[in-house]
Amino acid sequence: MSDAVIRIEHLHKSYETEAGVFPVLKDVNLTIGRGEFVAIMGPSGSGKSTFMNIVGCLDHPTEGRYFLDGNDTGHMDSDELAALRNRTIGFVFQGFNLLPRARLTENVALPLVYAGVSRAERQQRAIEMLKRVGLGDYLRSFPNQISGGQQQRVAIARALANRPSLLLADEPTGNLDSQTSREIMELFAILNRNQRITIVLVTHEQDIAAYAGRLVRFLDGRVAHDGAMTAAPESVPA
Amino acid sequence: MIISLSMLAEAWSAMGANRLRTFLTMLGMMIGVAAVVAMMAIGQGAQLAVNASIASMGSNLFVILSGASTSGGLRVGSGSAPTLTLLDAQAIAELPSINAVAPAQPGTAQVVYGSNNWSTQIYGTTPDYLTVRSWPLESGSPFTETDLRSANRVALIGATVAKNLFLDEDPVGKTLRIRNSPYVVVGLLAVKGQSLDGRDQDDTILIPVTTALQKLFGSQFQGSVRFMMAQAVSPEKMERAERDMTDLLRARHRIAEGADSDFTIRNLAALASAAAATTKVMSLMLGAIASVSLLVGGIGIMNIMLVSVTERTREIGIRMAIGARRRDILLQFLLEAIIISVIGCCIGVGLGVAGALGAMEFTGTKVSITSQSIILAFAVATAVGVFFGFYPARKAAWLKPIDALRYQ
Repeated sequence: MSDAVIRIEHLHKSYETEAGVFPVLKDVNLTIGRGEFVAIMGPSGSGKSTFMNIVGCLDHPTEGRYFLDGNDTGHMDSDELAALRNRTIGFVFQGFNLLPRARLTENVALPLVYAGVSRAERQQRAIEMLKRVGLGDYLRSFPNQISGGQQQRVAIARALANRPSLLLADEPTGNLDSQTSREIMELFAILNRNQRITIVLVTHEQDIAAYAGRLVRFLDGRVAHDGAMTAAPESVPA
Repeated sequence: MIISLSMLAEAWSAMGANRLRTFLTMLGMMIGVAAVVAMMAIGQGAQLAVNASIASMGSNLFVILSGASTSGGLRVGSGSAPTLTLLDAQAIAELPSINAVAPAQPGTAQVVYGSNNWSTQIYGTTPDYLTVRSWPLESGSPFTETDLRSANRVALIGATVAKNLFLDEDPVGKTLRIRNSPYVVVGLLAVKGQSLDGRDQDDTILIPVTTALQKLFGSQFQGSVRFMMAQAVSPEKMERAERDMTDLLRARHRIAEGADSDFTIRNLAALASAAAATTKVMSLMLGAIASVSLLVGGIGIMNIMLVSVTERTREIGIRMAIGARRRDILLQFLLEAIIISVIGCCIGVGLGVAGALGAMEFTGTKVSITSQSIILAFAVATAVGVFFGFYPARKAAWLKPIDALRYQ
């Protein structure tokens, strides 16, 4: 427990709408240790995306506490949270979210710009990351010149550029065909196994979730199931 | 906040992504700056022209006119009664607040040299006239005390007279004829140009006042002149000098307490400063009107930056997700606004200078382009960029990461 990357205690999140207060997360408690590969599943509206946004420090909980790498995020201002997103977290989105006007190296180097890394080192690290995800031949390309799978590899390279301890992937294979999806998931598995990067991944698909070591299932804003992947009941509908 | 090269490159590429729009935004700035630069150049040119006219008149100047004459109930205007004498001039010259006095008796006569003739204004005066009017000689020398005493026929001629009578010849030492009497040209006056009311000041001949009174124009009242020009020792002494001269002349003319003076003193410095003030107001007005277009240009920048922020909300979200702080986003958008306004300003200064020079070329208007007006234009353009860029940039920086990222 001492080496927990994520520790969440009594987390509540509700949105205020015209119709009244609308609770999305209700008393979520979860601890994820260093080096774990966790898949999060659950039907639409179960709160898993909201959960990911809070874990990613993009959104604030209404109640409860969230410790990232042992630091209480509840007392941080926007600059400290930005620094946390920059150095501790790497994001991989369903829609890739690359900057269309920037070359692949520039996209990958972007987190390093905000980290204040020198130009020469940014360039060198961006190239190294792109080579690691198998895109060493496309350094000078623009995102619209490569395929969706390749774009997602660029996004992963960008997420890894600042050597984060936590990789958050929100349906990273949602826009990809099954062959490409498998390649991306194998890349995640290698990163998790070889570099001990903690990965939290949201997916709808059972076979994608199967790459993870632990499965957390959300239902109606609560953690309905939490256990090792082998123990996951295959029959539960996604 | 450190502005790095990569941030500039970033802003540049963002601007390049929509070239037409960037150009149109700059256009507003360009027109504004060009208008300000051109209008300031024209306004300052007009001011310089007026100041030059004022300086050409002479500084700290008074004109003392002999009083209006009343003959049989008919008032004939200032200068028609022979109340000012050469002795009055000598007495005024003794006043400590007065630097120099020149009596003047004007008249018009036909002047002949060889086969050329010309009608011009002739002033009978003293060498002090040149001091009072700050009028140097181009060549030759002024007439002397001896010339004055013996009423010699000598003349100083203006550039226009020289041009019309002597063409390209050097007039100094030549003899011309005024009303058939020969006068030796002893000096050529430097070019002075137009006076405030548009008269050609160089179309004139100066001769000794004694010669004018005794030989050329004649006078029923020997020793009296139409007017005098007096120069105070300094601008601060103008009021003092006016009082001194009034007291002196009233005493000399034996005017009773409470009675009207038989002379009029006009302060030309007051007239000059009124003229200068008018042009200054004019040039300020021009600048103010031009500034309105600069303001409109600034609003154009704000407008486009707001659109740009909305369009790039998702990009802002991505940047925030990977670690951009609020000030990084703020600076990014602010920098774009500043670059647009500064580049627009550079081109605008070029257009403004070209416009001002064009105005000078085609209309003959005097223009003055100063480094101050260009520096001012740059300062204002940067300020406009910061001012109108700040609100959109702040709007971008204060977006919540999750809202920006979810924006479609």
